[in-house]
Amino acid sequence: MGIKNRAAAMQSAYSALKALGRDPTSLQFDRIVSPTEALLGNKPIMLFGTNNYLGLTFDEACVEATVAAAREHGVGTTGSRIANGTYELHRALEQEIAQFYDKRATILYSTGFLANLGVISGLADKGDHLLIDADSHASIYDACKMSDGETIRFRHNNPDDLAKRLARFEGTPGDKIIVVEGIYSMLGDSAPLAEIAAVKREAGPNVYLLVDEAHSLGVMGETGRGKCQEAGVEDDCDYIVGTFSKSVGTTGGFCVSNVEEFEALRAYSRPYMFTASMTPPTVATARAAFQRMAEAPELRERLWQNCHRLYAGMAKMGYRLGPEVSPVVAPQLPDPQTAVTLWNMLIDAGLYTNIAIPPATPNALSLLRVSVSAGHDDGQVSAALEIFAEAGKELGLLKPGNIAA
Amino acid sequence: MAELDDIDTRVLDLLKSKIGREREIAMDSNVVEDTGLDSVSVMDFVMELEDEFDISVPLDEIAEVRTVSDLAGVVRRLTAAGASV
Repeated sequence: MGIKNRAAAMQSAYSALKALGRDPTSLQFDRIVSPTEALLGNKPIMLFGTNNYLGLTFDEACVEATVAAAREHGVGTTGSRIANGTYELHRALEQEIAQFYDKRATILYSTGFLANLGVISGLADKGDHLLIDADSHASIYDACKMSDGETIRFRHNNPDDLAKRLARFEGTPGDKIIVVEGIYSMLGDSAPLAEIAAVKREAGPNVYLLVDEAHSLGVMGETGRGKCQEAGVEDDCDYIVGTFSKSVGTTGGFCVSNVEEFEALRAYSRPYMFTASMTPPTVATARAAFQRMAEAPELRERLWQNCHRLYAGMAKMGYRLGPEVSPVVAPQLPDPQTAVTLWNMLIDAGLYTNIAIPPATPNALSLLRVSVSAGHDDGQVSAALEIFAEAGKELGLLKPGNIAA
Repeated sequence: MAELDDIDTRVLDLLKSKIGREREIAMDSNVVEDTGLDSVSVMDFVMELEDEFDISVPLDEIAEVRTVSDLAGVVRRLTAAGASV
């Protein structure tokens, strides 16, 4: 305990990693040129670590709508919707998202993190139970801490383990809320939602399912609604949480639901009530981006082409990856030092990725997170593969025989 | 008392098999500092305990645990609560 002690512990944990090159916690882009390119100093770098799955951050329609909203409605709301009022724009976006999902209602939050925090903590009351996937995002863990309910973890992506844990609550009063993610952000694996929905249905009427589609919105499903749509179990997904900070290209979050009492959350979900609402420009970006998603399904197709190419290419070289092709391609490395060393080498060669090391990763894995975008062209994917091949060879991670292009 | 000792022993043995032989641990060992486990691995170990004793251990209970003895205490209480239902 103690501010100084905690800071010193962090410093000693990270100083060895910083000594390997750049500081992984404070890399600065000096200019963002496009959804897939930036400058580090004067040096161009390809962005493969953005979560910008559809490449919409520079989309002309999104940019124009955002600028126009700032001129027309101002740059901020300077308060929360409960205390300081709702804008017509907020309602419009909520209605459009409800229509997009064909659900009764949407509640906007100012970020995706706050959406999980506000919804999960608000749903589970004293005597209720949250059953969360062990690999859940930090926002889900923090939401559970904030909630008055009790939290139990089940083994990652394991419906049988969930069923076993639910069975231990048989005869216990209170609601049970299962929390899973569409795509898990570290390894890029997706939830077996059909099986999880079946477990939920069998467990009885006071069992609810919440799915966080942060990384799967705009990415999976026939119209881009996410993993629930792809798995054909949208009716079983009582609460769908999402973020605007990935495929949608801005910031903000939401939850959409058919549950009759859902909108009561507006009156007691503190991360909804006590923070400034989404700004007019961010609302406008989100509205334009949902429209672009509907108009341009080819963006999703393009994304998946790139995912398949990058995943297959890296697998063939001999990188150990997550279990399925996904917009997150995550080579597993022997230890944090190797991950940071490889990350530095890739940047030197003009390729930006993300570092993911324990305790932020499941099973103490050391990873690089490579995120794919519809905005990547064939040349960029080829160049990224070449850089990975060279660096992997130089670090002795890959056997030379595997690196045939 | 015999039953209580049994829970202590089973928790300790399970934890020993989880962390391997390089580290000596006892009931007063700290479940993080003395085991080499990180906070996620401790939560994973608690899932093993839940299955071993057929109980549900809420996360907020784990947050209070410092020693192996504390952990066995949580298991003992939840096992007793389950038996009395």
